[in-house]
Amino acid sequence: MSIKSITTGQSDAVGEQSAPPPAIELKAISKSFGLVKANHNVDLKVLPGTIHGIIGENGAGKSTLMSILYGFYEADSGDIFIHGHKKTIHSSRDAISFGIGMVHQHFMLVETFTVLENVMLGAEGGTLLNESSKTAREELIKLSKEYSLSVDPDALTGDLPVGLQQRVEILKALYRGAEILILDEPTGVLTPQETDQLFKILDILRSRGVSIILITHKLQEIMAITDRVSVMRAGTMVSERETVATSKNELAELMVGRKVLLEVDKTDANPAEILLEATDLTHEEGGVVLLDSVSLNLRAGEIVGIAGVSGNGQTQLLAALSGICPLQKGSIQIGDVKITPKAHYSPKEFRDIGVGHVPEDRHRMGMVNAFAARETAIMGFHEDPAFNGKILMDQKAIEENCTRLMHDYDVRPEDPSLKSANFSGGNQQKLVLAREMDRNPKVLLVGQPTRGVDIGAIEFIHKNLIKMRDAGSAILIVSVELEEIMSLSDRILVMFEGRIVGEVSGKDANAQQLGLLMGNAGNQKADLPPDEKNKDISNRKNDHSEEVAV
Amino acid sequence: MDDTLLLLISALDSTLRVSTPLVLCAMAGIFSERSGIIDISLEGKLLAGAFAAAAAAAVSGSAFVGLGAAIMTSVVMALLHGFACITHRGNQVVSGLAINILASGLTVTLGVAWFHKGGQTPTLSGDARFSPITLPGAETLADIPLLGQIYTELLSGHNLLVYVAFIAVPITWWILYKTRFGLRLRAVGENPQAVDTAGISVTLLRYRAVICAGILCGIAGAYLSTGQNAAFGKEMSAGQGYIALAAMIFGKWKPLPGLLACLLFGFLDAMAVRLQGVSLPGIGEIPVQFMQALPYILTVVLLAGFIGKAVAPKAIGNPYVKER
Repeated sequence: MSIKSITTGQSDAVGEQSAPPPAIELKAISKSFGLVKANHNVDLKVLPGTIHGIIGENGAGKSTLMSILYGFYEADSGDIFIHGHKKTIHSSRDAISFGIGMVHQHFMLVETFTVLENVMLGAEGGTLLNESSKTAREELIKLSKEYSLSVDPDALTGDLPVGLQQRVEILKALYRGAEILILDEPTGVLTPQETDQLFKILDILRSRGVSIILITHKLQEIMAITDRVSVMRAGTMVSERETVATSKNELAELMVGRKVLLEVDKTDANPAEILLEATDLTHEEGGVVLLDSVSLNLRAGEIVGIAGVSGNGQTQLLAALSGICPLQKGSIQIGDVKITPKAHYSPKEFRDIGVGHVPEDRHRMGMVNAFAARETAIMGFHEDPAFNGKILMDQKAIEENCTRLMHDYDVRPEDPSLKSANFSGGNQQKLVLAREMDRNPKVLLVGQPTRGVDIGAIEFIHKNLIKMRDAGSAILIVSVELEEIMSLSDRILVMFEGRIVGEVSGKDANAQQLGLLMGNAGNQKADLPPDEKNKDISNRKNDHSEEVAV
Repeated sequence: MDDTLLLLISALDSTLRVSTPLVLCAMAGIFSERSGIIDISLEGKLLAGAFAAAAAAAVSGSAFVGLGAAIMTSVVMALLHGFACITHRGNQVVSGLAINILASGLTVTLGVAWFHKGGQTPTLSGDARFSPITLPGAETLADIPLLGQIYTELLSGHNLLVYVAFIAVPITWWILYKTRFGLRLRAVGENPQAVDTAGISVTLLRYRAVICAGILCGIAGAYLSTGQNAAFGKEMSAGQGYIALAAMIFGKWKPLPGLLACLLFGFLDAMAVRLQGVSLPGIGEIPVQFMQALPYILTVVLLAGFIGKAVAPKAIGNPYVKER
């Protein structure tokens, strides 16, 4: 397997002499799934050696478009030109052979393989592994140096932190000779520091002539790194801009199709009495400490945000505070009720004493996909006499309840008998929130308030959370979106490996500082890999996790 | 002293014989399950292979024709399993179960129809069976104490398929860890999407894996009816496919530990026969049923705590569907 030299343009380009042809040109691409037009007459031009952003809401057709380019799907109609030449892409194999590489949102890595094995997979170059792995190792080391992408070829991939796994994905693409790199929502799983790191890598790649397509729904990323940006909405390409000549607000408006308020509009909090006090919560599972002496309190009239890279105990914290998981150690005081390992309260009893819970994973815990919306709308409260007759459930009351919630919380379509699965992510979330908020809980726990939710719905959800705060509820928010945590919270707690490692007031918080806390950089050894010594402190998260890997 | 040694050697000798079908089936299971396809149909393929081998050998008078027929039959069943699980994304356990039931019914029905002996096939003799092979120099070395005895009594004098089974283990290991096919096979059992996005066909790869499993089960079947025994008898696989499956899980889906597990189960089986009716000091007579149940008990107990968690290939049991 040899590495193709990376060229920014080809001399035998059709037509023009001076300007190289676009690295990628899509003309009138259309693709339907049944009646849904996922892509409709989409045009896209990506200039060589640039970073081209594609932004749009969930379901706008970004991923479909890229899947067509990468050979996952075939377009119903339209043409693809690569460096000015018309190509037909039937499979990922074709795409790879045309120099297209893709870093998927969910990494396409085999966790039980070493980095080297992952890079080789599908591009082994011979029937026997011995020789191919020798050449692959040399290539890999060469590539690592050339693009400053240091990874240990023999490390077990599953042990690497996500930031490094992503590097492996990028190396995989480069190893296959990619000159055009597609990154699908690459920052979703990264800490702010890892994101900075990724952007540095993208910068290097761009300077070596690699053309990059960056798919994202995060406006600040578009502004930070791209040269040009295309906006998609409802399967069509609505506009294209030079990044320098546009703004977040303009892009948001283009994405949603109306004016959107990006900043959360809120007044200072007036925290009153403590409504929930957790003391010394510790939880262990299979020898792994998931919660480590976590103490916190929630006051009436404030929003407390939990920041942290996912998997650092946030899920367990929500499970403990909502009663899903019985306490092992510590106690929770809610009003005059004290919950201890011996005095266990079930989730229902938690609800009865005024704790509402919007679970992180709404598909697993917040709703039942196959239920009608009206059924999802009473889940957990189904024993309420209001919904029950003497023997049977009171369908009319249930229906009315759902209609009212849908109306108040702007759930669309307003159809109580529609299957829950058939609502968009944002509307599902609004329905779940409506169910929990409508009971006016004293304490509301919200996991990932806007995961998979469109900008328009985000605005609505944020507004309602603030409204509830102002009405005197205590709200706890767990989110992987740092921006969301910062804009909503009055107080921010940072979790790392099951502990609360820092508290910052919402007003003073900045991403850099929180990011460092999230990676717990303060407590790590300072022996960075040699080629990273000159870079900023942000590498330490990676460094730390490499320690774990060994 | 010499008697104990001879007893031990004879016990080990029969361990090898009893383990042979287990080893072949366990390796078959490794191919299939490492690619992400649950293979409880080992049992059915084994039984069908045994019938095909005995029937073909009885008709043709050649053990090798029997072997070929066994492999073909078993591969066809493997393809059927593949067709249900890979192409049509059916439930792998249900499909495997269906194949076991099919094999159990079909072998008896066809046996009765073709040979009119109540499901039995005619007794095989001569070239229609795999006869013991004397390894070179076995006779001359027989007199050397210990080593010579081990060579002559234990290693020599088995039929061809026994040797094939034990050679199949390093070959399986080599294919799995040293070839491109093996790399991809392991990958597809862990993360089929990674394989798909690398431009490799998941479907084709999994079919190749189940075919490998089919071949090995076929050999195991031929061994049962034309090597170890001299005819096919109703339900003659008697759950050995399931024991092999247990051994494979016990061996954490790896060839060498899988082999050891098979040998352990084989040894227990060999001892069960020898301990029948023997009264052990302090314990008394061990019921034979207990010895027969021991492999299963052992699997459960050891998997439950002593060996550590057996981590299955991550994508096992999940039909691959292109997402989005």
